[in-house]
Amino acid sequence: MSKQKLVIIGNGMVGHRFIEDFVEKADLEQFEITAFCEESRVAYDRVHLSSYFSHHTADELSLVKEGFYEKHNINVLIGERALTINRQEKVIHSQTGRAVYYDKLIMATGSYPWVPSIKGNESKDCFVYRTIEDLNAIEATARRSKNGVVVGGGLLGLEAAGALKALGVETHVIEFAPVLMAEQLDQQGGQMLRNKIESIGVNVHTGKNTQEIVVGGETARNTMKFADGTELEIDFIVFSTGIRPQDKLAKQCGLATGRRGGITIDNRCQTSDPDIYAIGECASWNEKFFGLVAPGYNMAKVAVDNILGRDNEFTGADMSAKLKLLGVDVGSIGDANGRTPNCKSYVYLDENTSVYKRIIVSEDGKHLLGAVLVGDTESYSDLLQYTLNDIELPKHPDSLILPAHAGGEKVGLGVDALPETAQVCSCFDVKKSDIADAVAAGHCTIGAIKAETGAGTGCGGCIPLITQVLNSELKKQGMEVKNHLCEHFEYSRQELFHLIRVEGIKTFKDLLAKYGQGYGCEVCKPTVGSILASCWNEYILSPENNGLQDTNDIFLGNMQKDGTYSVIPRMPGGEVTPKGLLAVANVAQQYELYTKVTGAQRIGLFGAHKGDLPDIWQQLIDAGFETGHAYGKSLRMVKTCVGSTWCRFGVQDSVGFGVELENRYKGLRTPHKIKFGVSGCTRECAEAQGKDVGIIATDKGWNLYVCGNGGMKPKHGELLAVDLDNETLVKYLDRFMMFYVRTADKLTRTSVWLQNLEGGIEYLQEVIINNKLGINEQLEKEMADAIDSYECEWTKTLSDDKQLARFAHFINSDAQDDNVVFTPERAQKRPAFFEEKAPIYNISLEDA
Amino acid sequence: MSKWIQVCELEKIYPSTGVCALVDGKQVAIFRPSEESIVYAINNMDPFARSNVLSRGVICEHQEQLWVASPLKKQRFNLLDGSCLDNSEVSIEAYKARVKDGQVEVQL
Repeated sequence: MSKQKLVIIGNGMVGHRFIEDFVEKADLEQFEITAFCEESRVAYDRVHLSSYFSHHTADELSLVKEGFYEKHNINVLIGERALTINRQEKVIHSQTGRAVYYDKLIMATGSYPWVPSIKGNESKDCFVYRTIEDLNAIEATARRSKNGVVVGGGLLGLEAAGALKALGVETHVIEFAPVLMAEQLDQQGGQMLRNKIESIGVNVHTGKNTQEIVVGGETARNTMKFADGTELEIDFIVFSTGIRPQDKLAKQCGLATGRRGGITIDNRCQTSDPDIYAIGECASWNEKFFGLVAPGYNMAKVAVDNILGRDNEFTGADMSAKLKLLGVDVGSIGDANGRTPNCKSYVYLDENTSVYKRIIVSEDGKHLLGAVLVGDTESYSDLLQYTLNDIELPKHPDSLILPAHAGGEKVGLGVDALPETAQVCSCFDVKKSDIADAVAAGHCTIGAIKAETGAGTGCGGCIPLITQVLNSELKKQGMEVKNHLCEHFEYSRQELFHLIRVEGIKTFKDLLAKYGQGYGCEVCKPTVGSILASCWNEYILSPENNGLQDTNDIFLGNMQKDGTYSVIPRMPGGEVTPKGLLAVANVAQQYELYTKVTGAQRIGLFGAHKGDLPDIWQQLIDAGFETGHAYGKSLRMVKTCVGSTWCRFGVQDSVGFGVELENRYKGLRTPHKIKFGVSGCTRECAEAQGKDVGIIATDKGWNLYVCGNGGMKPKHGELLAVDLDNETLVKYLDRFMMFYVRTADKLTRTSVWLQNLEGGIEYLQEVIINNKLGINEQLEKEMADAIDSYECEWTKTLSDDKQLARFAHFINSDAQDDNVVFTPERAQKRPAFFEEKAPIYNISLEDA
Repeated sequence: MSKWIQVCELEKIYPSTGVCALVDGKQVAIFRPSEESIVYAINNMDPFARSNVLSRGVICEHQEQLWVASPLKKQRFNLLDGSCLDNSEVSIEAYKARVKDGQVEVQL
């Protein structure tokens, strides 16, 4: 039997989602699949387009896993545009003259930016904001511009304004309506958003009708003229004035289209031609089109199901949204403008911290119809569940938006209150019952749930909710909520820590024999290695411990992608002497190491061969350095500002204290890495509040913040205690560090640890300051033992010939790894790309 | 046809770690999972990163078999047949290995 020919026009987010879903559900043997991709690259994430400016790699935005299309034999015609569709003969012609026949056709042609017909808008200083090419053009122009304007104060417009701001040009936003984001926010919400945006230096002009753009101006390249007679001199203009469905091709071949444009579809996503489907922004359903990705994904799924003969219907979409625009949290749910007859509102306004919240409830006060949140969107997911599932509101609905100090309660809508049909993941339309079914079928971890249902693999925003559903389902089935380390130990990290300490266990082998099973794995070995090091502070490379150490610890350096290592000596508090710098420079020059100041106020040397590490470290240690533990799950460094010693604003000696603390806690193995910051005054130049431990000078002493984090999920530290003297602060820190070491789960940073600690910061204060658990003496003693037994791991390693033998690349040859190749870059070197390596190497790779 | 090639003394490999040997121009990762005189040999190149690092990974047990987790991104490779636990379409070469008279030997 010949294969059925499936053709998809459009390889945007929705077009690609269709293919993914189809590949998953269909027997591919029976289909021949072709996709037209007009852009020069396959599907990428348009939702996070602005992040392109910070990363600059299209790869990072790509939605297509490497080799995905090849693996499934899908023919993607990159850079080819479908020009005509002949529905009688079922053939598509492209601009290259190619003819592609179809049995079923899916149109996912998306939308195009609509630009109002303003005189002068064809200037080369005018742009739209839609593709990576648009972004490249905007960036190139921004480089030679002083200022830029976004026309359109909607969601995408503000996103674009954020991008302009990030490019470093003076940024303006022009909106025709009197408020920003008129679609999603009410007037007061729009005003609050405007205040916040203006406070970060974006100029907002509302109620402006642009009439003409003329070339030239006194201070800029162009001048915009508005209907009210005012003008704005500006270098370049980005239009973000809405989108229109791309339905040109549909009109050409005579498919029915909606009154406002868009390819007309029914509930099954079928167009007026039953062999043609339309999905995503190009489709018009009940005269509506959807400019968000979630409804598009939903349509993709419906189309796949119907092509495969399964029943599935598109029933509209919830247009609620939560996002961060120019650093401001914004949420909009349902009837945000309160247009439902007889509805009632509750409003909370705090002009001090710029928070605005409004909920719109039904006439009888029992149901939530909509919400607007600006400045604080914490209650968004709970409120959304109230509307989506029509859950009855509490007696005083205002308690949902009031802050705790004003009598509000945490919404804390338990997952058990959600109906089975509640949508948990909107990207992939996964319901609570789907998760329950997966759990019942034996998928009992978040990873397994993600793999089984797809939930949480889109934007990821629903993962906390999925976790709650998972735990609740496990509990219901009488299964314990497990945080077992792995298949070899039926204990959590915290439990193992206590077993090791209480029973004085010193080796992995003993622990495994007594409390575990099997051989061990890449999860339990390093975790136990870390616990043993925390408890007994013994040499991590001893014959018993060696095999437990992960990638970096095992050779006391951070392994880089080419198998070489970085070398980072400790520079406590960021201090280094000129003589020390000379020693670092000499060794870097001798071994041709790439040299960079790291984010931790010290100097990193990169590209060291494993075999050279001992010699390099010998030279550094001879010059008075010691290991910086940059490779360890341990205290990394203490970042300091110069403090009262030099700075005319400083009130305490932040460097001196930072050095003392770094030397005190260096080497202690912790569940995850730990960073400190010490600032000499309230200006906070050491950015201490973004660290696990943040110490900020006051007139009277120090304020102590804990559990902050930079990195992937930035979080400010929480205030543990104020105006401490040095001695008390060190005492608190000893207790805090050891309490974290004892109780955190594996690879858990302090911020997440605190988040999961029942009772939060208040509980931690009770433990650390008021000795609620009665363990403080013990914690201090354990810390004292650890400090007493500190030794520099590199010094120790260099004194042991047997250890040194481990560092050679080959056990049986003095040769070095010939696959480590460098290329010059900016007067230094970098690892060569695969393509840059000698071709002869390809041959040995082939048979590898 | 293939012959056993002597690589090093077993004693040189710490139990539960691996080493890399140069055998006939090839980089071979050799693992000694325990104190016993049992060794395994696979190619040293991580096929995902195309870097010669596998000998430096943690030896682990899953599905009652032994694997090594790549030190770079933790994909696991079977010590007996070189298959990859995390991606069934990827595999690397595995070689015969044994201990004879205290010496580690491999066959390419």
